[in-house]
Amino acid sequence: MSENDKTVEYESRIAALEDRLQELEGERRRIGLRPKSSGDRLSGKKTLKREGEKYALIVGWALLIIMFGLLAPRSASWANFSSMFSSQGPLIVLTMGLIIPLTTGDLDLSLVSTTILAGMSAGLLATDFQWPLLFAMLAALGIGVIAGTVNAFFVLYFRIHSLIVTLGTAAFMTGVTLWVSGGMTIVVFSSTLADWVIKFKIFKISPVFFYGLIVAGIIWYVFEYTTWGRQMLFVGRGREVARLSGIRVDRVRAMSFIACGFVSGLAGILFLGRAGAMDAMSLNILLLPAYAAAFLGATAIIPGRFNPWGSVLAVLFLETGIRGFQFMGAGTYVQNLFYGGGLVIAVALSQLVRNRERQEFS
Amino acid sequence: MAMLDVGGAGAEAPALSIRGLSKIFGGARALDNVDLTVMPGEVHGLLGQNGSGKSTLIKVLAGVHDPEAGAELEIYGRKVKLPLAAGEYRKLGLAFVHQNLGLVPSLSVLENLRVESFATEPRWHISWKRETQAAEEIFKKYDLSIDPSTPVGELQPVERAMVAIVRAVADIQSGQSEHGGQGVLILDEPTPFLPAAGIAQLFDLVRTIVADGASVIFVSHDVDEVLEITDRATVLRDGEVAGTLVTKDASKDDFVERIIGRKVEIFHIHHKVETDAAMDVEVRHLTGGTVEDVDFYMRRGEILGLTGLIGSGFSEIPYLLYGAVKADSGELILSGNHHKLANTTPGRSIENGIVLVPADRLGGAAVGGLPITDNVTQPVVRNFLGRFGLARTNMETHAHKLGVDHDVLPNAPAMLLDALSGGNQQKVVIAKWLQNNPALCLLDEPTQGVDVGARQQVYMALAAASDAGSAVICASTDYEQLEQICNRVLVFSRGRVVSELSGNQVTKQQIAEHCYKSLDG
Repeated sequence: MSENDKTVEYESRIAALEDRLQELEGERRRIGLRPKSSGDRLSGKKTLKREGEKYALIVGWALLIIMFGLLAPRSASWANFSSMFSSQGPLIVLTMGLIIPLTTGDLDLSLVSTTILAGMSAGLLATDFQWPLLFAMLAALGIGVIAGTVNAFFVLYFRIHSLIVTLGTAAFMTGVTLWVSGGMTIVVFSSTLADWVIKFKIFKISPVFFYGLIVAGIIWYVFEYTTWGRQMLFVGRGREVARLSGIRVDRVRAMSFIACGFVSGLAGILFLGRAGAMDAMSLNILLLPAYAAAFLGATAIIPGRFNPWGSVLAVLFLETGIRGFQFMGAGTYVQNLFYGGGLVIAVALSQLVRNRERQEFS
Repeated sequence: MAMLDVGGAGAEAPALSIRGLSKIFGGARALDNVDLTVMPGEVHGLLGQNGSGKSTLIKVLAGVHDPEAGAELEIYGRKVKLPLAAGEYRKLGLAFVHQNLGLVPSLSVLENLRVESFATEPRWHISWKRETQAAEEIFKKYDLSIDPSTPVGELQPVERAMVAIVRAVADIQSGQSEHGGQGVLILDEPTPFLPAAGIAQLFDLVRTIVADGASVIFVSHDVDEVLEITDRATVLRDGEVAGTLVTKDASKDDFVERIIGRKVEIFHIHHKVETDAAMDVEVRHLTGGTVEDVDFYMRRGEILGLTGLIGSGFSEIPYLLYGAVKADSGELILSGNHHKLANTTPGRSIENGIVLVPADRLGGAAVGGLPITDNVTQPVVRNFLGRFGLARTNMETHAHKLGVDHDVLPNAPAMLLDALSGGNQQKVVIAKWLQNNPALCLLDEPTQGVDVGARQQVYMALAAASDAGSAVICASTDYEQLEQICNRVLVFSRGRVVSELSGNQVTKQQIAEHCYKSLDG
């Protein structure tokens, strides 16, 4: 058979197949079957469901505000809101630190301990050692970076699960904090720090809230508009794909631990400035709210991904609920109910968004 | 033709008998009216190329696939209702040993042996002493010197295979009262990763098992092994039985002929004549994994196929050249630059203009849970950096343009990659890697799980890349595909190149012949 004959034969075969296809299409229409369309969520089109998912948390927050406004009218005052925004600034910063390793697929349980150690160190250096405030703050950031580096080293060099490593370093750092502080609360009398963290208010909201927004803005930019953000996304979602694409996976993971440590150090300074004091234990309860906010945040704005604006919203959503119940006379147990319940429900929701695919934090 | 009259094999009822088994997948007949009879005490080979229907047949017996109506199955003369429920084979006296063996490396031999009974029989107390004794007795019976307390991970590959086989036999025997026969053990390609000495040991074990009256179905694509171990063998080709041969009366050629089939019709989409371009790509002394001291050269604009039987090492070459798997030694010379393969990494390879399209589409090539845009722009994301960071709109536009070029359907860059069909996912993957005009493009099974239409699209993309000057290396077990797209094909066996086909020799038939005969000598 010559080449030409084969071409003719092939084309006639294709034509026959196309006829058959037409026939089947006709059949399908006749019996009322529509061509299968992939789910709305999967196709990139703007659909009500998709858009609804993005903004559900905002709507939920608004409903919560209205509900408590009706039940406990005092909660709807600007005084309440401005105090809420002001108080949540440091937690927002902490959550921003957390979503960095979460995005690259690692857990960090040590970030709150890092925050406390950094804040405590800054406080001790500024008071007992009479360091200038600026240097004490730089030291706090440095401690954060060191903590992140240690985490990265153990996770990446020895290939230990980040859960185990950071659980250990968390306890270790708490020990160090107790040791250096002698178990005492350190009180810092620095009007400069207090001024810049809580005093210079805009609309009665302390600067620390705006710092939280600035950090969120920076992380949003890095995640969405830099090649670094792209690399982190691929490392978190497909480590082998990232590796075969030439991304230096270990370096990206190490940098994300270190960045998380740095942001935790920053949060330490802000907590110190907000309270004017630091002790070794009381901030430890913040680990749960940070995780709850990060996971609840991953169901909003960019559903299915840890994202800064979703997390900011989630922090405010959870705090609104807690304050609302407290206005109605509930005790402090509400915090545990809200943060604990919030975390589990948030993770369940984000799994629904991701079609219940297996989560990997290896 | 040495067809065997099964009824004449004695008055004894067959251990397993299948009549008229068919299975249709989306219009394609994976199995067409297949008959298979296995006698008690027989080793029965099941041969065929990839896609011939071997694994579909096995999966019907395992209860994974439901066959079409009309098939009959008898086990020791008793009619069994089809389809089988998953796991029902245990009650029928069937046991499977798959290539991955299903052992847990970190647990001991004993724990692995007994895992099934621990899972099914609730017990308050396990007497480890008694269990160990029982295991030792079993090993003694089969003349194996394996310590039951050794972790499976520390065993030799062949010992692991034998533990898996012994476990399967023990399972059959423990259920004997229920099914009343000696049972049928199905070995699904157990040998590709074993050294020659190990295969001999394994065959000794198989002979001991059938001496007890049990039957073995030995699934393989290796004619030599089938000739050595089986009593009879059934060859499948394109879902049909191409013959059942009595092994001692059949020659290797009898088998090869039936495996490949005489009549092969293929349409040539693209078959380029070799050019006089410079030898631009050279691989020297590549060693790593199964691959041993492999040398080859190629020209830019050439498409080189690598093939062989499973386990022969050809499929490791792309990963070794790319640095995805560390090579022990060797050198890649690309456009006059020498690259030591032991030091290369994926990042360096990309800088040198080398790309890899791995076989594992959603595990290695792209991320299903991310949009097409993110996936396809990943290698070139730096190009979109503007003064204000990444220009997201331009990225979408670029992804859309690539979608048009590669005929991705539907061409909606914001869609998650998961939402596309396998063929369209592969188009995206190919678009992702070919957009930078690589100097060397490495592919492993580029059309696995890809429908016919998308397949042509992938071939066209590869042809276009080679026209633009890329050297393309394609590792594949799809001989038809190799015939269609390759200028030359290297056939591997035991980690080395055993033959090179070029020009008119690059036909499905010749490739298959060289693969199946590659084990000579």
